[in-house]
Amino acid sequence: MSSPDTVNTDPVLIDRSLCKACGICIAFCPKKVLEADESGIAVVAHPEECIKCRMCELRCPDFAVMVRSEGDE
Amino acid sequence: MNENLAEYFRGDHLPHIWCPGCGNGIVTAAIVRAIKELGWEKDDTVFVSGIGCSSRAPGYLDFNTLHTTHGRALVFATGIKVARPDLNVVVITGDGDASAIGGNHLIHAARRNIDITTICFNNNIYGMTGGQYSPLSPTHSLASTAPYGNTDRTFDLCRLVEAAGAAYVSRGTTYHVVPLTNLIRDGLNKRGFSFIEAVTACPVYFGRRNKMRTAVDMLNWQKEAAVPVSRAKDMDPGELAGKIVIGNFVDLDIPEYTESYERLLKEHASDRSGS
Repeated sequence: MSSPDTVNTDPVLIDRSLCKACGICIAFCPKKVLEADESGIAVVAHPEECIKCRMCELRCPDFAVMVRSEGDE
Repeated sequence: MNENLAEYFRGDHLPHIWCPGCGNGIVTAAIVRAIKELGWEKDDTVFVSGIGCSSRAPGYLDFNTLHTTHGRALVFATGIKVARPDLNVVVITGDGDASAIGGNHLIHAARRNIDITTICFNNNIYGMTGGQYSPLSPTHSLASTAPYGNTDRTFDLCRLVEAAGAAYVSRGTTYHVVPLTNLIRDGLNKRGFSFIEAVTACPVYFGRRNKMRTAVDMLNWQKEAAVPVSRAKDMDPGELAGKIVIGNFVDLDIPEYTESYERLLKEHASDRSGS
């Protein structure tokens, strides 16, 4: 999550308090937008590649991933 | 958490107890998205579950919820629906809860065609108790109680429920999450007994013993094993061995139990008042 004094413009928001590092969102992203950090938690590595297909959000078992809607950024 | 789901969840109960990579959260979110699409009110909707990993789901859902005894969710749900036919009643159950412990109740709920939607989270194993094989464990698969492989034939629960008389029967997988959500939505919307088998992954107790160590391996298995019902019709049993047939199997408009019961009460209203 972004700190209060920075604006997070990522197309995908990941709740680190809920992510259990299963890797589903990373593996099945068709554009490889997401990568694992050192603890396996998903981070947005290539935001410009996101096509907003929402497959990461829909397949997240932990309700931790959300793709911003058009116009939210 | 995901803001698209938050209003339907008891956020203070999260993170949930399910293991990393467990597909139960994918199915639970799919149910919530289907309800959101239908515009159902939380106060008009009741979730009932039995015992097992999947049956923990209603604990996280901010609806009217009832966590009951093993295999008996449909019994409690039947009571709720008969007492309050105006409510939307949804049962969440697992493969063991629905087919073994509660198999008898499943048959008779389908036979009566009572307006309850049952969503069976099929993870092919008893996960909560340590990976014993269930009636839906594939033949030859390994389990803690089948170290040399399961010799039982696998139950096709959709065919059972169809034969018992349900109005709506479908199967989907967590890999195919968009079609799964649509199948759940159509089942919720159906007047009568609806049954949706959601094939979900248990990487810890099923996958690890069966050469699918990770959640990603298990979703790839669902992807590769799935056959749409339209294509399965032209395949013989040999070709279908080990496959997961997905899609809608039954969608009928047939008399619903609580409506038939209400009609009976009206027909005999004078008999009852005269007593």
